[in-house]
Formats: sequence, structure tokens, C-alpha cells
Amino acid sequence: MSIELKNVTYTYSPGTTYAITALKNINLQIPEGQFLGIIGHTGSGKSTLIQHLNALIRPTEGEILYHGKNIWDEDYDRRKLRSEVGLVFQYPEHQLFENDVLSDVCFGPMNQGLSREQAEVEARKALASVGLKEKHFKKSPFELSGGQKKRTAIAGVLAMNPKYLILDEPTAGLDPRGRDEILDQIAYLHKERGISIVLVSHSMEDIAKYASRLIVMNHGEVAYDGTPREVFQNYRELEAMGLAAPKMVYIMHELSGRGLNVDVNASTVEEAKESILAALKEKKSPLQGKAVSAEKKQDPLSARSEAAAGGAAGEEQV
Amino acid sequence: MGIIKALKLCFEYQRYDDEGNIQDTQKAVDQVDLDIAPGQFIAILGHNGSGKSTLAKHMNALLLPTEGTIIIDGMDTKEEPELWKIRQKAGMVFQNPDNQIIGTVVEEDVGFGPENIGLPTEKIWKRVDESLQKTGMTAYRSHSPNKLSGGQKQRVAIAGVMAMRPSCIILDEPTAMLDPNGRVEVLKAVHDLNRLEGVTVILITHYMEEVTDADRVFVMDSGHIVMEGTPREIFSQVEKLKEYRLDVPQVTELAHELRLSGVDIPEGILTMEELAGALCQ
Amino acid sequence: MIRDITVGQYYPAESVLHGLDPRTKLFGVLVFIISVFVFRTFPGYLVATIFLVGMIALCKVPPSFIFRGLKPILFILALTMVFNVLLTPGEILWQWKFLRITREGLVLAAKMAIRLVYLVIGSSILTLTTTPNQLTSGMERAFRPLNRLHVPVHEVAMMMSIALRFIPILLEETDKIMKAQIARGADFETGNIIQKAKNMVPLLVPLFISAFRRANDLAMAMEARCYHGGDERTQMKPLVYSAKDRIAYLILLAYLAAAILFRITGW
Repeated sequence: MSIELKNVTYTYSPGTTYAITALKNINLQIPEGQFLGIIGHTGSGKSTLIQHLNALIRPTEGEILYHGKNIWDEDYDRRKLRSEVGLVFQYPEHQLFENDVLSDVCFGPMNQGLSREQAEVEARKALASVGLKEKHFKKSPFELSGGQKKRTAIAGVLAMNPKYLILDEPTAGLDPRGRDEILDQIAYLHKERGISIVLVSHSMEDIAKYASRLIVMNHGEVAYDGTPREVFQNYRELEAMGLAAPKMVYIMHELSGRGLNVDVNASTVEEAKESILAALKEKKSPLQGKAVSAEKKQDPLSARSEAAAGGAAGEEQV
Repeated sequence: MGIIKALKLCFEYQRYDDEGNIQDTQKAVDQVDLDIAPGQFIAILGHNGSGKSTLAKHMNALLLPTEGTIIIDGMDTKEEPELWKIRQKAGMVFQNPDNQIIGTVVEEDVGFGPENIGLPTEKIWKRVDESLQKTGMTAYRSHSPNKLSGGQKQRVAIAGVMAMRPSCIILDEPTAMLDPNGRVEVLKAVHDLNRLEGVTVILITHYMEEVTDADRVFVMDSGHIVMEGTPREIFSQVEKLKEYRLDVPQVTELAHELRLSGVDIPEGILTMEELAGALCQ
Repeated sequence: MIRDITVGQYYPAESVLHGLDPRTKLFGVLVFIISVFVFRTFPGYLVATIFLVGMIALCKVPPSFIFRGLKPILFILALTMVFNVLLTPGEILWQWKFLRITREGLVLAAKMAIRLVYLVIGSSILTLTTTPNQLTSGMERAFRPLNRLHVPVHEVAMMMSIALRFIPILLEETDKIMKAQIARGADFETGNIIQKAKNMVPLLVPLFISAFRRANDLAMAMEARCYHGGDERTQMKPLVYSAKDRIAYLILLAYLAAAILFRITGW
């Protein structure tokens, strides 16, 4: 059960002088259940990529398989695909159009052929799972705050009961709390409702915190594909692409450079904190600490396993 | 005497029901006192709907106070008969890069302001040339704005404001719609103007990392200024900021977490170097 | 389809025509349009053709690019030709049941086609060689006398140039909203006309809201930059006639005189 891209190439206005190849020979598999993060600077092809996943764009070359079936086969039901692979565009609040929140969220399910009553059941469920309170349901979408509008729009896609939820920068324009709330809600959908998530973001920090797999797009190609920790090890290369690793990676490198025995791949505040606390403990226990740092000078390559050993030794002493 | 001075500034607006009767009155800005010295780099933080945009719009007389006063470079916005004198002194850059560029060619857009204040043609050209140079956009002068990146568009908007030779420039979430590179680009342009040209900057933002270099930070919540101080003073109050739906830079957050776990480092650490210095003594 | 419309599009190049004052070019298009209707004979059309070919050669825009502007009018062109050929009475050349082709019909259809094609190409050359801004400021100056009659000439010109700037932005936005609604299962293609119109609501409502929001933002940005109408406003690029324009005016007047001469003498 997955979405699979095979040798997908996409060219805008092919055959003209304006032709731009946005995607070059992409091979990618997104199994169900993943929380996938996609990062890339503007123009790297990430928006084009996600529009391929629910058949909004037809690849110039290559094929896209959903559960093993080519979605561009003549008799393939692409409307059904779009309800299974839900796509939330950037600034989704700009697509709201109904008189009240509930009706707007009903739009998707009713397009699937549900009656208004059945659609409302789905809409209420969806609104509840994005954390919008009942008292807002009959309001005009335009009376809501920015964060609430975004949640309404996400609910609009969610109400179609998708198996995959693709979100293009869902936090754009929100204040810090609003950003956290939306991302926590998405993490909840992944965890509690088992929806596979594809999150396009500019924030390395957010990806580090939430995603289990990270794809870096550059010039229409997949430059990196792995766990966030693996990908962030290439932070120098990421910088060359006009991207950057999360702040924490830099801090950990700085600390490590100054002789503190920390895990340089820690990418979230939580991981960094644990690693620094362990390293400090190790430093405080004079005998063990000195021994480790002396050894470290001899063999810098094995620093990581020593960090673990040192941490364990520190704990024993306490 | 500050370049921007607000005294008990209030701004109320009415909400109407379907029949056009006044439903309720909301105070977007409530009893705000401000005194900003020339040449400073000021940051205003606050969640969506905290009143910071409304306050910004008072600074170049796009809105007039319902109570209290605001004085820009010695001119009271309520008394001044020619508002465009104030608007020359205090230029404004908005959030959406597409919705504030008027010209179909970069240089023509930069010349829009000087045209409006009736400068002779040669002077307009001189100002356009110097503004484009100050914002590093000279190479793009004959481009169409539609073909530029978000960061470049915002620099065009800044150049357009600079062509009025303002003493102060107010930026209302100029980076909210940009990608990280665009944000860096715009912030660098703004810092350069502040440092090299001595322009007073008032930067309104949601991004905590953008304010660590500011001279002074104001935090707004429900129309009030609730915190005021240097970035270090502000960011040392992590819990309080979170109450106002804000955050702290990640370095500060890490330092704060470490402190809570008993590590002996000071509050309000702002940079990686400071943290490394405190941890690796 | 949208990309095929060359009327209203600017093609950047450095040519004699690009360098002319927009007022001269406006006058040129006016003269050309008049001439197309003043000429009535094929020798006359030959003169117009020579003039047009000359302009195409001078403007340095690839002819294929200019002719692409004809694509959207091909249907109208074909329709008028068919009507003219079949419905004009006169000397019958061919007949099948009630359909007949007359010599007069053929001549009339050919003339109509020439006029229509020349009009489109002539005005395309104007917009291809003139930036929207130059065009509006040219119109603003040309219509300035109307100010006395309290026609807000500057404001109309400003509105036109803003509209031109926002067309590509709104087209992009339309595409985006459309895709967003398709992703929610919307259907813009099937159904009868009433259903189709109904299905457009989820596209049109957000589009209007967005256009209003942009208009509001833009008005505020313009006000913040001291815009207060056309009074006391100066121009960064004021229009000044040069020697080239004077020569162009002479050529245009000579061409107009020739057209009138052809008409009077009946050539």
C-alpha cells in the first residue's frame, strides 16, 4: 500500500522556448503510515512534486502508481484518488467560499456523493479532529482568526477521509503558537487516526521535530532521502543548496568543536538538551571525563560510541 | 525628543451586525506610550490580532488615533493638514510583496513615491538610482516585478520607500510570506539601511530569530504594550512570552531548558557563541 | 489559449518602433485603422500591405510571434468569411441547392478578412513594442484635454496600468484555487450550462475575495507612498518627442494622404 513514482519527469510548456523542467526522473515510494517531510528552496520542484501525487498534474514522462495501479490509466477513477490522497495547498484559507464553516467542510464529502446529512457527520468529525470548537461551526469562515481558517480548510480535505494528507507549508503566516498548534494537530492525525502525512515545509526545525523521513529537493531532483538525522549530517551540502540544517545541529557542532562530548546529530531542542546534560555529567565526573577526553584526542572517529560509554559511566557514579 | 512618540494612543473600531447597528466596540490599540529615538532598530512582537499592525498604521498616518496622540518627527498626525509630509518621513513596507508594487517595471515602481510628491524628473531619477543601489537592486531595475523572488520583491518595496528619503521605515511583517533565504535577504537589507544610512527601523515580526539584533523590543498583547526591553531582557522571560502566544529563539529555548535541568548558565542567552561560551568554560 | 493572445503583450527588443513616443504610435495605429477602411481596392490594400510589412520589419519582433495573435480570431474570421461568401447576391459562380457562391461574395469576404487581420496585426504591433506603462502614459497625455470636461484621465490611466500588472497574478491565482477545489472533488468540466455555472461558485467566490483583498492592500500601499491623485504629480519618464517622432509623423501623414488620394481617384 503506497504511492510510487517511477522515472517521473515534468516539463512546463514543453516544446517551447519557455520550457522548464521542474522534475527530473524522480523515483520515490511513499508507503502508508509514514510522516514524510519535504524540503527545498523555492523553485526546487517540491510544489510540482506534490501535485503529481493526487493527479492534479500529469507527468510528462514516467508513471505514478497508487496501490500498484497506474493513476493515469484510461479507466482509473482519479476523483476517488483525490479523496484518498488529500492535498492542502499553501494558504488554504483562500479557498473557503461557503456562508458558514460547516457547509464549507461539507463541500468535499458532498462531491464524493454523500447527502448533506451524511456529509455533515463527516464534517463534524473532521472539524473536531482539527480542534475547531462547535461554537464556530455556524460562523462565516471570514470571521475566524488566521489559524482557525487554516484548520477549517484542512478539515475540508480531512472530511473526505483521506489515507494520505499532503500539506504545503500549513503554518505560513501564523504566529508561533499558531504554528505549534497546527503542527501538533497534524502529528495527532498521524498518530491517532493513522493518516499518512506528507509535510512540505521551509522549517528544518519543524521537520526535525515531526517527520520520520525527510526528502530534500534540489533543481527538480531528490538530493537526499533518509531520516532527518541522516540528512542533517550533510549540513554543509545543504547550505550549498541554499538550505540550512536546524539550529541545533550547528550548536552541537560548535559545542563539540569546543571539546564538549555531545551528539552532533541531535536536531531538536529535546535531543540537544539530553545530549548536553549527559556530556556535562561526564565532564563533571573528573576521572572518567578526563580519561575519555584524553582518549578522544587519540581517536576522534570513535567519539560517538565513547559519548554513549561516557554517559553510562556518568550515570553509574550518580 | 524621539522620532516617534505616542501618548496614550488608542484606536477603537466598531463591529456592525447585519442591520448595520453597532454590535460592539473593540480597542485594537489601548493606551500605548512609545518614545523611539532616531537611528534605533526597534522590533515589535505580538501574536496575530494583538494590535501591532494597527499600531504600525498609526506611524504613517494610515490610521488616525481615536484617542491620544502620536507624533512623527514633530508632526502630530491628527493636526497635520498634509498627511503626505508624515508619510514621507515614515515609510511603510507591508506583508504581501505582490500587493504593494504598483509599477510594471522595477525602476518605475521605485519612482512612484517621488512622482507623487511632485519632484522634478531629474531628482526622481537620482533618487531611484540611489535607492536601488542601497537595496542592491540596481541589476534588476528594468525587470518586471512579477519575475522576481519574494525577497527581491520586498527589496523593491523597501527601495520604493527609501526613494522618499524617510527618516524612519516601518515594516509590517515583511518576511511572513517569504522562504528562509528571502527572509535573510530582506533582513540584511533592513539592517544595512539602519547601520549605514541611520534610518530608524520599526520591524514587526513573528520570527523570534529576527529580533535578536534589535536595540529594543516591544511585545504587544490585546492592544497593550506588555513587555519592553533589550532582546536579552525580553528573551530571558521564556514562560511569559509563551503566555503571549510567542516563542523564543531555539538557542534561548535550549539554554532555558538546560537551566531548568540545573545547569548553571545565565538566562536570556541569544547566540550560539554565548551558549557555547557558558557551557565550555 | 491565454498564451496565444499577443494583443496587450509586450515584446522587449530594441527597435525604431520600440523607441518611438507612445503618442506617435497611438497616432500611427489610428492612421492605419482609418486607412484600412479608406482603401477600397486591391491596389489600395497593396499599399497598406507594404506599410504593414515595413512596420513588421522595423519592430524586430519575430513575425511568427506577431501572427500568433491571430489564432484567437480565426474562428470569427472564418465565420464572417463564410457568411460573406454565401450570402452576398451577385454573379453566381457555383450553386448547390440554396447555397451559392458569387463573385461579389468572394471579393467582399477577401476584403473583410484583410481588414480584420490587418486591424489585429496593426494593434498587436503597438502593444508588442510599447510597455503597458508607456501606453497608459501615452493615452493619459493624448486624452489630457478631456480633463477640462472633468473626465478623470489620470485615474483611468492608473487603473489600466494596475489592471495590467495584476492580470498575470490573478491568472496564477485562478489556477491555484481551481486546483485546490479539484483536490476537494470539485468538477469544472461536466454537466450542462446551468450546472457548470453553479460549479464555478467555489472558484469565483474565493477569486473575488482575493481580488478585493489585493485591491484593499494596494490602495493602502499607494496611500502610504503619498499617492493623492493626479494633481501636483510629476513623472519619472515624461513623454518628449524626438526627431524620430517628427519623421514618423511625416511618414504617417503622407501615408494617410495616399489613402485619401486612392479613395478620391477610385484606384
